[in-house]
Amino acid sequence: MEWVNAIVQGILLGGLFALFATGLSLAFGVMRFVNLAHGDLAILAAFLAVSFSATLEVNPFVTMALVVPIMALGGYVIQRFGFNWSIGTDPLPSILVTFGLAVVIQNALLERYSADSQGLDIGTFETRSIEFTDDIAVGWFPVLILGVAVVVLVGLQLFLSFTRMGRAFRATADDPSTARLMGINDRNIYAVVMAIAFATVAVAGLFLGIRQTFGPTDGPAQLIFAFEAVVIGGLGSLWGTLLGGIILGVAQTVGNQVDVEFNVLSGPLFGHLIFLVVLAVRPSGLLGRGRG
Amino acid sequence: MSPLLEVSELSSGYGDFRALYDISITVNEGETLAVIGANGAGKTTLLRAITGLVPTWSGSIRFDGQNLLSVPAHRRVAEGITMVPEGRLLFPSLNVRENLLVGGHGRRPGPWTVERVVEVFPLLAPLLGRPSAVLSGGEQQAVAIGRALMANPRLILLDEVSLGLAPVVVRQLYAALPQITAHGATALVVEQDIGQAMSVADQVVCLLEGRVSLEGPSAGLDRADITAAYFGMGHRTEAGSNEGQG
Ligand SMILES: Nc1ncnc2c1ncn2[C@@H]1O[C@H](COP(=O)(O)OP(=O)(O)OP(=O)(O)O)[C@@H](O)[C@H]1O
Ligand SMILES: [Mg+2]
Repeated sequence: MEWVNAIVQGILLGGLFALFATGLSLAFGVMRFVNLAHGDLAILAAFLAVSFSATLEVNPFVTMALVVPIMALGGYVIQRFGFNWSIGTDPLPSILVTFGLAVVIQNALLERYSADSQGLDIGTFETRSIEFTDDIAVGWFPVLILGVAVVVLVGLQLFLSFTRMGRAFRATADDPSTARLMGINDRNIYAVVMAIAFATVAVAGLFLGIRQTFGPTDGPAQLIFAFEAVVIGGLGSLWGTLLGGIILGVAQTVGNQVDVEFNVLSGPLFGHLIFLVVLAVRPSGLLGRGRG
Repeated sequence: MSPLLEVSELSSGYGDFRALYDISITVNEGETLAVIGANGAGKTTLLRAITGLVPTWSGSIRFDGQNLLSVPAHRRVAEGITMVPEGRLLFPSLNVRENLLVGGHGRRPGPWTVERVVEVFPLLAPLLGRPSAVLSGGEQQAVAIGRALMANPRLILLDEVSLGLAPVVVRQLYAALPQITAHGATALVVEQDIGQAMSVADQVVCLLEGRVSLEGPSAGLDRADITAAYFGMGHRTEAGSNEGQG
């Protein structure tokens, strides 16, 4: 039964990984852009929530209504007037630029909030759960996270598949210069993509901050998990990202269970191993398109 | 007839490489202009400059009297300029219907709909749900033309529609041209095939190594002159003797 529980908890944890990975996956899928500051942006969002909930004296949940739009706007502006310069066939400029941003965010957070760990307290909802059996209890909060992840990823996929703007996203991903011939402003599309990426990672950052304590330098570790989820699922596939997040979540909780029972491995290590196996066996990821 | 498109003294190129030297052409509304020329003459570059995909180094491009210099590529579509690019360049992630719909992204008002495109190219009717990558060359070209029409263009630039296609398919595609112009679009056709160009065009411009080597009404041009201008054999050409210069 512990094993079943480990898998159930892993699926729920996977929701958080998937949410972290959404923006990374979308930005890579549409513009071949790898944002190394992605994890730090999540931490930044969590700190913003700390500040807002302190000054406005509201539940951190409520601050989402402020933090997410602010982050989205920030993503739009930074892409439109910054990152767009570094987009091209060569990924190196974008890597350097976003690495710089990561360092800036970390230092700014250290400066403003010190190195102390912080947490977001949303009250009793965080710990409430439904018990199915003695061994299997499902927390409402992890269920909420997974639910949000599924809604976000399915919603984005539907948006890409069935709307005029989504079609423009896909056309731009295929061939930006021909997209321009269709009257599509590719620079604007990139900015909207980054706005969505920032917004989703802000939600993920808040959820992370509610789940556990966090500090200014925790971003890169979150980036690694997000990156692994994207690669496991397949670059550029949003369904794959959801699947990748869940596989990574299950790998971690099952790895922890192995650690408990046999005293080998550990959760994150098991997750990294799965990542390496997928990378070796199926480099394009489970649902990746493997472009020619 | 008023000039719809007026290109004057246009120079353009890629990086340090100059591909066009002071090109001047005029397209009158309702008249079909054919631009011919050998490989590398600069035909595609000229079209890409008109659509804004390559920068204008000097000279001007006027469309319906408006200078396009400061208008970025994606907004030139809204003005009514559209292109069927060389090599078709359909979007592989989009199916046929979506490729057509994305052509109308700018929502410029006009007569064209997916249904009307299918009327002009009935072969597309059973293919609308297919991924564009699995189509034959002729089918892809029909989609590419339909996609351009969906923008409700006033000027449609067609770059080597015949490239790599069987003659019977090329005839089918060009047979649609009168229907296209009947809906109010003026066509600028680029072809390597002189015969094809002459048969559809009112006016012909021949490019040679980035310069205009011959121009005139297609009915009044002498076949030998065209051949000379096309291959740059010195006869009645301006640039023919500087072979290999760039
Ligand atoms: N992307 C590019 N970068 C650098 N040079 C280019 C590029 N595209 C074309 N050229 C050069 O510009 C010149 C004109 O090319 P262009 O494609 O306009 O010719 P074209 O008349 O369309 O030829 P074709 O009939 O083969 O399509 C050629 O010398 C070509 O090598
Ligand atoms: Mg060409």
